[in-house]
Amino acid sequence: MKQVKSYTSKDFATDQEVRWCPGCGDYGILKQVRDLMPELGLEREKTVFISGIGCSSRFPYYMNTYGLHSIHGRATSLATGLKMTRSDLSVWIITGDGDGMSIGGNHLIHLLRRNPNVNILLFNNEIYGLTKGQFSPTSEQGKQTRSSPWGTVDHPFNLSALALGADASFFARTVDRESKHLRETLRQAHEHKGASLVEIYQNCNVFNDGTFSAFTDKERKQQNTLHLEEGSPLRFGDPEKPVVLTWKNGAVGAEEMGASDPGSHWIHDPYDRAKAQALSRLSDDMTYPRPFGVLYREERAVYEDLLAEQQKVIAPKRTADDLDALISGDAFWQVGQ
Amino acid sequence: MKAGSKDLAKATVLFAGDSGDGMQLTGGQFTQTTALSGNDLNTFPDFPAEIRAPAGTVPGVSGFKIHFGSAKVYTAGDQVDTLVAMNAAALSSQMDQLKEGGLIIANSNGMDARNLRLAGINEDRDLLGEAEQRGFELVSVEITRLTKEALKDSPLSNKDKDRAKNMFTLGLVYWLYDREPERTERFLEKRFADQEDIREANIKVLRAGHHYGETAELFRNRFSVPPADLAPGRYRNIKGNQALSIGLITAAHKSGLELFYAGYPITPASDILHELARSKAYGVQAFQAEDEIAAITAAIGAAFGGSLAVTASSGPGIALKTEALGLAVMLELPLVVVNVQRGGPSTGLPTKTEQSDLGQALFGRNGEAPLPVLSCASPKDAFDVAFEACQIALEHMTPVMILSDGYIANGSEPWKFPSSSELPEIQPPVHKAEDGDYTPYKRDEKGVRKWAIPGTAGAEHRIGGLEKQAETGHVSYDSENHQQMVRERKEKVERVAHGYAAQEVSCGSKKGGLLVISWGSTYGAVRTAVERLHKNGIAVGQYHLRHLHPLPSDLGKLIERYDQWLIPELNEGQLLQLIRSTYLVDAKGLNKVQGVPFAHREVEEAIVGMINEKK
Repeated sequence: MKQVKSYTSKDFATDQEVRWCPGCGDYGILKQVRDLMPELGLEREKTVFISGIGCSSRFPYYMNTYGLHSIHGRATSLATGLKMTRSDLSVWIITGDGDGMSIGGNHLIHLLRRNPNVNILLFNNEIYGLTKGQFSPTSEQGKQTRSSPWGTVDHPFNLSALALGADASFFARTVDRESKHLRETLRQAHEHKGASLVEIYQNCNVFNDGTFSAFTDKERKQQNTLHLEEGSPLRFGDPEKPVVLTWKNGAVGAEEMGASDPGSHWIHDPYDRAKAQALSRLSDDMTYPRPFGVLYREERAVYEDLLAEQQKVIAPKRTADDLDALISGDAFWQVGQ
Repeated sequence: MKAGSKDLAKATVLFAGDSGDGMQLTGGQFTQTTALSGNDLNTFPDFPAEIRAPAGTVPGVSGFKIHFGSAKVYTAGDQVDTLVAMNAAALSSQMDQLKEGGLIIANSNGMDARNLRLAGINEDRDLLGEAEQRGFELVSVEITRLTKEALKDSPLSNKDKDRAKNMFTLGLVYWLYDREPERTERFLEKRFADQEDIREANIKVLRAGHHYGETAELFRNRFSVPPADLAPGRYRNIKGNQALSIGLITAAHKSGLELFYAGYPITPASDILHELARSKAYGVQAFQAEDEIAAITAAIGAAFGGSLAVTASSGPGIALKTEALGLAVMLELPLVVVNVQRGGPSTGLPTKTEQSDLGQALFGRNGEAPLPVLSCASPKDAFDVAFEACQIALEHMTPVMILSDGYIANGSEPWKFPSSSELPEIQPPVHKAEDGDYTPYKRDEKGVRKWAIPGTAGAEHRIGGLEKQAETGHVSYDSENHQQMVRERKEKVERVAHGYAAQEVSCGSKKGGLLVISWGSTYGAVRTAVERLHKNGIAVGQYHLRHLHPLPSDLGKLIERYDQWLIPELNEGQLLQLIRSTYLVDAKGLNKVQGVPFAHREVEEAIVGMINEKK
């Protein structure tokens, strides 16, 4: 039996200098991913990071695994081709809000519907960083940027709703500042068999500083974030006097936890599609806090497994004779000897 | 009138009818039978872009042309000897293709007032009479009625009975060209194995058509085209897209790799996707991607993973793939990209042939992004070209483009196919774990880097579209390094030419006089024209260019042996520019963009015109 190598976080670092802006949220994500790799028992030679274009897409250069820094928006389709032919590899896609939802939006939704067993880390900073500060498909309406001096009139994407609409089998949200939550979320993404999409709120401290501060500032986050844990009630606010969300026949409400009937509490079930859909829209108008953690997951057949099953049914006999039969076809004739 | 029998060296038959009349199937059956009779042949289907254009109209006419003979046949024929017209639209739109005094077999039931109206012809006109007045030999047969008559006891519906009329036509034409219908009977038995009524009806009508030829004494002559003197060997009839697909599968076997094919439906390349999708048992993964870009990038992902990766499309799709093609150039991964050209620009003429994407293939990428470009000369040549393209891609670690076109893709000809054991093994430069340290962009004497495939321990590396430092492959913005890498990539591609055989003319004068330089599907028309003129003592030769990039290193010397140069192309002069600028010769173009191949007469006229002008 092959000996599984034991790695440390350092073994996943390359000799390349990391070149994100000082203070960029990407550093924290890189650290968590490097730390996580040995914990997952992944082998370097069997792991591939694939990215598109953008600040986050430099990521593969900093991971001592196989890596491909591709072109804008296409990491998802490169990964699909790779995973179809190499189901033995652990494939990690690194993309951003512009890369994954704008120029590469088509490939993202098609990857999600096909459901190959890959992990997508979508760094959402609600801005174009590498091109120096234009609005992105997740920028809030009205945002003033260099390309929207009077404010953008574009309605933004809600990635969780988009993913559910594309029949994603796993969707989670986390944030760069919460390192433990980030790592645990990525672990769950890895453990999920199928396409796992993780939206990582990532602060661009140069072009969009503080855009997620409502969810990361010590004073505000209790009120604005909802930490999803399977089997636990959805509670938020002051830990001394938490508010709990209720779910009554599909209607969402909020009550003071102590004063409410436990039977009405919304208990998180990530396998419940209707509840996941409600969660995806919960904080659209900020009346409710933003959910973090695994919003939705389901067990659905994995693309490369379906392909392999089909292959088994066809049961190829790979011999040179077969090739000659293919070349000759069944209607050939002989001329001369 | 009893028909005499007349031996012919060559014949061209055009089956034309409504797209619902089954003309492609009729032509295909006639082709198979003709091939098995030992003739050389070449076919060309011509069908409308619409799936079902309104029945009976001119846009709905579907044609299938076959040129066959007891001598070598290089084109689907210029002028038609026999036109089979199933309705007024077919007759009126195709009559001009007939040679002087040519034969028309017309379904007179398809020429009534209603059919004339649908064809946009004044109902008072007598189309058949006009054909006779023009000196054509007219054989008017009530094909629809006779078909129904033959099936009067069949339980089929009237509509289904009507659909069998193409078999009556086929039977009749079989009789005319002295062919037996047995092979088609076997085909019908297999095709309709589970549909007894349809099977029996078609066979019955086929035989009825054949007997009708025998008994009705319609024709002045019956024709016989004796077998061609083909080189000994095993033959099959093959279409271009089919040959190309088989070439790809063969190359995968010969390199010990899995074939990964990614495509998006597009005319006229889709048949490659179909062919490979049904070849899963041969270890092929065929992926229908969400768009053209996904197709090529999925292929690049598979190439990174160690597969023989291929994508195909036509001009508009190739345009979409362009950025990713640049990535493949930069990554230096093997990839084969097929462009089955059609009329352009934009959506252009999807079902018509053209050669106007040569410039796109050679130069259509941002940055200095050279890659080998090969072209297919004919349907059977697509096998050799596909195999060679894979060989170059894998052994030189580069994307390679194949240029085919609609004429080659859908045309067919007999192919003396090889045995797989005759073909060389393909040896990609794979880095193995035991080879020690891996330096991604370290090159061998051919300028080729090693291919380290994920799973190979100790060779973990990162590559991407950013410029790379020589050897290490690390990102580098250094100006001198960029110059060096641009040159290294270019020289690597140029060294591909070292593997070519010595260049020879295809036919005609070996030196002196006029050289016709052809590429792609113009091969057949040019070959026919040059052979005919050369036989008549005209100093003209043909050189056919398969390798459009890099050009053969001895081509300049070959060109210098002549005094005049003519380059016929189905574009406005794209190879012409390249040859003029590369070799500084005063070559002239013969250019046509009408969606149809050259007639050999057009090439002959251009050759004679140029020679006379010089005198």
